[in-house]
Amino acid sequence: MRSYRTFKTALRALRRNVMRAALTTLGIVIGVAAVIAMMEIGAGSSAAIQKTITNMGANNLMLMPGTAASGGISFGGGSTTTLTPQDCDAILRDCSAVRNAAPVVRARTQVVYGNRNWVPSSIYGTTPAFLDVRDWTGLAEGETFADRDVRNANRVCVLGQTIVRELFEGQSPVGKVLRVKNVSFRVIGVLRSKGANMMGMDQDDILLAPWTAIKYRVTGASLANVNQSSAETSPSSVNSLNQLYPNAQLDFYPIPSAVQQADTPMPVRFTNVDQIWLAARSTSEIPLAVQQVTNLLRERHRIRPPALDDFNLRDMTEMTKVLSSTTALMTSLLLCVALISLVVGGVGIMNIMLVSVTERTREIGLRMAVGARPPDVLRQFLAEAVVLCLIGGAVGILLGRGASYVVTLVLHWPVQASLPAVAAAVLVSASIGIIFGYYPAWKASRLDPIEALRYE
Amino acid sequence: MTLIELREIRKTYYLGEVDLPVLRGISLTIGRGELTALMGVSGSGKSTLMNILGCLDHPTSGQYWLDGKEISTLSANQRALLRNRMIGFVFQNFNLLPRTSALENVMMPLSYAPADLSERQMRRRATELLDRIGLADRMDHQPSQLSGGQQQRVAIARALVNHPQVLLADEPTGNLDSHTSEELLRMFQELNRSEGITIVLVTHDPGVARHARQIIHIRDGLIEDGDTAFAAEPGAAGPGPAADSAGRADGGVA
Repeated sequence: MRSYRTFKTALRALRRNVMRAALTTLGIVIGVAAVIAMMEIGAGSSAAIQKTITNMGANNLMLMPGTAASGGISFGGGSTTTLTPQDCDAILRDCSAVRNAAPVVRARTQVVYGNRNWVPSSIYGTTPAFLDVRDWTGLAEGETFADRDVRNANRVCVLGQTIVRELFEGQSPVGKVLRVKNVSFRVIGVLRSKGANMMGMDQDDILLAPWTAIKYRVTGASLANVNQSSAETSPSSVNSLNQLYPNAQLDFYPIPSAVQQADTPMPVRFTNVDQIWLAARSTSEIPLAVQQVTNLLRERHRIRPPALDDFNLRDMTEMTKVLSSTTALMTSLLLCVALISLVVGGVGIMNIMLVSVTERTREIGLRMAVGARPPDVLRQFLAEAVVLCLIGGAVGILLGRGASYVVTLVLHWPVQASLPAVAAAVLVSASIGIIFGYYPAWKASRLDPIEALRYE
Repeated sequence: MTLIELREIRKTYYLGEVDLPVLRGISLTIGRGELTALMGVSGSGKSTLMNILGCLDHPTSGQYWLDGKEISTLSANQRALLRNRMIGFVFQNFNLLPRTSALENVMMPLSYAPADLSERQMRRRATELLDRIGLADRMDHQPSQLSGGQQQRVAIARALVNHPQVLLADEPTGNLDSHTSEELLRMFQELNRSEGITIVLVTHDPGVARHARQIIHIRDGLIEDGDTAFAAEPGAAGPGPAADSAGRADGGVA
């Protein structure tokens, strides 16, 4: 009841000088509006930046075969072949932190169309999941290959923009047939342009095809396989058209020789892939994904504790660092701007409240004469400052929301409504009212009623 | 019956190294239901005495009983409470809140009253008072829209709103023309007679003081023996011209 009355008295006192109250609170209004608008635009841009960086592959993990070493001499990454497509399936099935995974078989060779040729920096044999892993869904033209194409090792491919430019000179490549190391592939889709990655490599210089097609039709003949009976895949008879018509039939389940079985008591890996690309569900789940994948693969590859991993798991630490530091920098920058503008607004309030106390000295004297105690006077002036700040805060919130709405509408900047910003603005404006209103109110309450009544 | 009793009230202001005695030992009593004028030229100390009577200030020494309670030793907060309950003030320059309606001006002291009245009760009480002083149709007017006499009547309504025991009027007619002054003073007399409110008028104008039933003259911080000769104390001064006066005033010790 009493606080309600104090509040009403404060409102009444402010209403006596509406113009000045409005101008006084303008500092807070602008401050809070700036905070809200900045926070919302900042949150929006931050989300947009995060999305961009995620698109660059910040959430990606790359699983590579381990290093072979002999007599203390390392043969370098990828010198053993330990990863299988089945590993990829198992990861998808068992690791909850992994959103998607795709095996990759790499090749580097010439691509020919008509009288033009080009050597793409990446020829990836993979599964349709690859595009999801790389956040590259949505093609510019045509469609991507399906799981069926992977199972049948169909000779279809999807091209990046660079290859299209180099080979097709502005024509639509969809439906055309090009040759990859003399094996014909039909182009069924064109990827959207993705530009260069952080290292400056052109990501559009890419050819995607079912990994089975790349492995068995393009590289199969040349790349000997450790665990498989290489004798079967390598040409045993002379066949000059070997590249165009492979004499070895595609065989998913090669029967190991007796010697091989004796050498490797472990189940035979039927085939292997060069890499497995993984996408974590979110940046924060990367460590969990690493742990889950490591545990799973150690189990699948039967590696006991003293032995080292036969694979390498790499995350994009650099990118995730950029991501988190960008967000942190953005937040602290906005906080600084917010604080400065609010302090300026608060000083404005204190200034006017001091003027108001001087101007209303007689009123204070009168109120004391009719029985207002010093705490009553203190409360009244404090209430005025707080009411002023709260009204300013409320108007500021509306103005800030409006401003960010206009920014979205006009500039098409991403904006994210932020409830914490609103709560903080209310809290901060109330505390500014108390902090900067306290001194003038205290001064008012310390007035001597006799002096105050006589004040001219 | 005594409402106000002062004994040996002294007030000295310390201005740096110089002591400035303003009241030099004032003793007086004012009975309940009395209409007293406190007269003196400017600088005589009558305003200081008025401040002490109004519990706005406390004396340097001496005792002050208001309604049987010693109050010269009360704290600032206790005095504020006392002012709110017991004393109504009327000022020379009205001291109404600017840009605030007459009704709200009258209601203002109620918000500091310890008895927590509802908004409606407060409004009703203020309306009644404004009605009684003949400003029922001016309730929503702001002070700037009222004449001086009307403003002073609003101020009187404000002073009466808490049902005080004493009404202290400091040069209430100082800013008014003679006709309005006359009306106002008659209103004071009327209030005194019908409501039995004790009124103390502070003035330098003998024409105003004439309306009082008892006049106390102050000069140089002392009460002058003069036309207030009625002695409440046995064995004191003899009868004077204002025989109907119930008050008593005697000269202080220098």
